[in-house]
Amino acid sequence: MFDDFFIRALVAGIGIAMVAGPLGCFVIWRRMAYFGDTMAHSALLGVALSLLMDLNLMVSVFIVASVVSVLLLFLQRRGALSTDALLGILSHSALSIGLVIVAFMTWVRIDLVGFLFGDILAVSEADIDIIWGGGMLVIFALIYLWRPLLASTVNPELAEAEGLKPDRARLFFMLLMALVIAIAMKIVGILLITSLLIIPAATARRFATSPEIMAVLASLIGALAVAGGLFGSLHWDTPSGPSIVVAALALFVLSLLPVGRRTEHASHSSHGGQR
Amino acid sequence: MLNYRSPETTPLVRLANTGVRRNGRWLVRGVDFSINRGEIVTLIGPNGSGKSTTAKTAIGVVKPDEGQVERIQGLKAGYVPQKLAVDWTLPLTVERLMTLTGPLKGREIEEALAATGMLHMAKAEVQHLSGGEFQRALLARAIARKPDLLVLDEPVQGVDFSGEIALYELIKQIRNRTGCGILLISHDLHIVMAETDTVVCLNGHVCCRGTPQAVSQSPEYLKLFGRRAAGALAVYSHHHDHTHLPDGRVLHADGSITESCFPGDGHHHHDEAENVHDHEPDCGCGHHSRLQGFEAAEKRDV
Repeated sequence: MFDDFFIRALVAGIGIAMVAGPLGCFVIWRRMAYFGDTMAHSALLGVALSLLMDLNLMVSVFIVASVVSVLLLFLQRRGALSTDALLGILSHSALSIGLVIVAFMTWVRIDLVGFLFGDILAVSEADIDIIWGGGMLVIFALIYLWRPLLASTVNPELAEAEGLKPDRARLFFMLLMALVIAIAMKIVGILLITSLLIIPAATARRFATSPEIMAVLASLIGALAVAGGLFGSLHWDTPSGPSIVVAALALFVLSLLPVGRRTEHASHSSHGGQR
Repeated sequence: MLNYRSPETTPLVRLANTGVRRNGRWLVRGVDFSINRGEIVTLIGPNGSGKSTTAKTAIGVVKPDEGQVERIQGLKAGYVPQKLAVDWTLPLTVERLMTLTGPLKGREIEEALAATGMLHMAKAEVQHLSGGEFQRALLARAIARKPDLLVLDEPVQGVDFSGEIALYELIKQIRNRTGCGILLISHDLHIVMAETDTVVCLNGHVCCRGTPQAVSQSPEYLKLFGRRAAGALAVYSHHHDHTHLPDGRVLHADGSITESCFPGDGHHHHDEAENVHDHEPDCGCGHHSRLQGFEAAEKRDV
């Protein structure tokens, strides 16, 4: 019924949505949407370097995104420029440097649109292994880091005063983001990765009664958006990344409709017992 | 019954001449005090005087740039920060807030919420709480983990007057029941919690320290606050030996002016505030016995 490439894209996309959900919740809670965008944009620099030095694509994207995030933390501590100005500088310079390097390499032909907006044809069996393997790693790390991350999201000093290590949790969180960006790049594309992090999480907020429920819901909503977007992409021959984002947006808009909106009291349904 | 002021016990936290420096400026310097089990220490001082910094230094969130901070091994702190805003995108109920920094048994959560009168709000999202309810929820969270040391940074902010008295009552009960040490930061320069054992007045350094006088001893205050408040509040009279001038220099009691009032400049003396404890409590509420009978066990040489 469907071609192999489509099934591969679907399996890969759902794998990405699963990890993007919980991670995206933290991006929203910590107000790091633009931060994620900056890391994602730096991925093109990673692509360029991978071609230039013949490195594995995902590894080089992961390294560049990690370096950019650590650089940002360092510049933030210096406090010379506001964070949003720093993000603007890093985000677009990394993207532009990547594009310029690619332009210089006349001997390689790369599908720039595929990298920027995603290409379902590009997903190989090996990619699926990496996506699900890396995805499992991210999920386990998130479960392990959940309490310090959540506590330091609420208040880092409180977390530190009560024996958790907020700085370490934040550093690992950055690395997890870099990892997800590296593995998600092929499906949704560099320019659109953050939307897969943010839109399903924002959609989940309305239905969630606890941080944990929001994380799980965001995963499911993301998976739904990936499926819907890929079918649309196949049907109308549209690029996969934008199609997934449009599907996610449709779900978000649906969630805003007042239909069936639960009252405050009803939404405090029984969900006790999470620790 | 716990012996609150047994002199041979090691303090939970002891700050010895600690100072914190940021961007080439001393936020606070030369701070000395200690907190024992069952003891309440209140920090007062104007905005920017280093109260929060000092409290954070005591629990290890801020590392001192000079001096020492000694904490007992494995000190378990419960912290209520001055500012805490939960982003509305984070779905967090009061119940879930309880286990933010560590796991708790259901019974422990219930006890803490019941103690702070927040049990009926357990399922409410924290963003929907009023200022006073939120402070109570944060207090419940901090005590639920049964800390050795409770650090409360302006716990009565955004709480009306009767709420303030109720919170002080509650803090007293927590101390009496658990015997933990409490470091309290007060937003008020003159009115402190009556149960306070030591008041430390900061203004970039320790300006003065002492014990508060019960409100009930002053008929004016009693008239102003009412009898219920008299049990919970106390007046702290400052005994400063210098004034901070608008240009940052310091006018000392002897009329001399120096660039700073750091103890090292030779002008500064830490005076013990006068202890007044020979009046009988006139409200008959029984709350004043501790305060009245309290001899200056904290007398120090600085």
